[in-house]
Amino acid sequence: MSMPAAFAVLIGAQLLGEVMQRVLHLPLPGPVIGMFLLAVALLIPCKSWVARRDNEVSALEQASSSLIANMGLLFIPAGVGIVTELAVLKRDWLPILMGLLVSTVLGLVVTGLVMHHITRRAAHPDAEASVLNPGGSL
Amino acid sequence: MMHAIKEVWTPLAVTPLLWLAITLFAYLIGKWIQKVCHDSPVANPVLIAIVLVAVLLMATGTPYDQYFAGAQFIHFLLGPATVALAIPLALNAVHIRRSLRGVGLALLAGSVTTTVSGVAVVWMLGGGRSVALSMAPKSVTTPIAIAVAQEVGGVPALTAALAIAGGIFAAVIGQAVLRWLRVDDWRAHGLAAGVAGSGVAAAQVAPLNGLAAAFAAIGIGLNGLLTALIVPLLAYLWPVG
Repeated sequence: MSMPAAFAVLIGAQLLGEVMQRVLHLPLPGPVIGMFLLAVALLIPCKSWVARRDNEVSALEQASSSLIANMGLLFIPAGVGIVTELAVLKRDWLPILMGLLVSTVLGLVVTGLVMHHITRRAAHPDAEASVLNPGGSL
Repeated sequence: MMHAIKEVWTPLAVTPLLWLAITLFAYLIGKWIQKVCHDSPVANPVLIAIVLVAVLLMATGTPYDQYFAGAQFIHFLLGPATVALAIPLALNAVHIRRSLRGVGLALLAGSVTTTVSGVAVVWMLGGGRSVALSMAPKSVTTPIAIAVAQEVGGVPALTAALAIAGGIFAAVIGQAVLRWLRVDDWRAHGLAAGVAGSGVAAAQVAPLNGLAAAFAAIGIGLNGLLTALIVPLLAYLWPVG
């Protein structure tokens, strides 16, 4: 697959997602539907699109990793929109700050603890390997 | 001198080129500052760039709409970038299958906890509905968070700022908090970073361990999907007015 074809796959999946959202009146954003559709497609029928040949990464993987690696740049325009919301920030700074801190800590702790205890109880042979992984600093 | 600057600035300020260039340069400056600070998560390049551009807009009295007319070409790429998250998700599918129960339950518990607690705290402290709905999707990766906020009547710009700030916070405290709770599994560290702090926090754990990187990618992708389902439901349960 060439680079233009890789972009056609990404844009095509997004377009399909937007169409499905409108036709089926789904509450999900179009790009999220596109992501889901593409992930499912890549698992079985289109597996070869992301297959690595002789350790060479596919064009689709290259295109996606460069987009993901620079995703930060892409949300600057939306983030700058905060200049139109300064009044809201000034008025509601306390609920905003507390909501942010509390929900982030809780999300982190709950996800980490549940994952840790379930994988430990499952006592998968793989679990030992991941805990004792010599490459890590834990 | 001032006159000469004005003569060049005024016609350029209404073309897309100027604001496109300024957005790119602001990002590069942010990247450079992060490098100088030894990749500290606090020196987030996106946050720095947003502050730089925002200050410039206010200093020059440029309305946001005029800025966005130029910057929309960058903004457009958020869609394909969101779709691109499918690739790491598909490549890591073998890990999801191997610990399906753990990933599924941890994801569901973490996602619901973050979303509901964010909305509840904002509401309890007297924040309005639109602020609460801007908070709700903030833990997922920013492009999805923006799209969801738009969908349910939150403020996308506020969500973007919150997503970045939350990601920085999760990146700074994540490892310490989980270690203090005696969570010593790399898969749990990776998944928690992806679910609570999306890309920013994932970037912090990913270089430490391959398995953590894989589970962070899984956390980002699946949490995006799950939150995009949960938040509209929350919005539906909380009618306007």
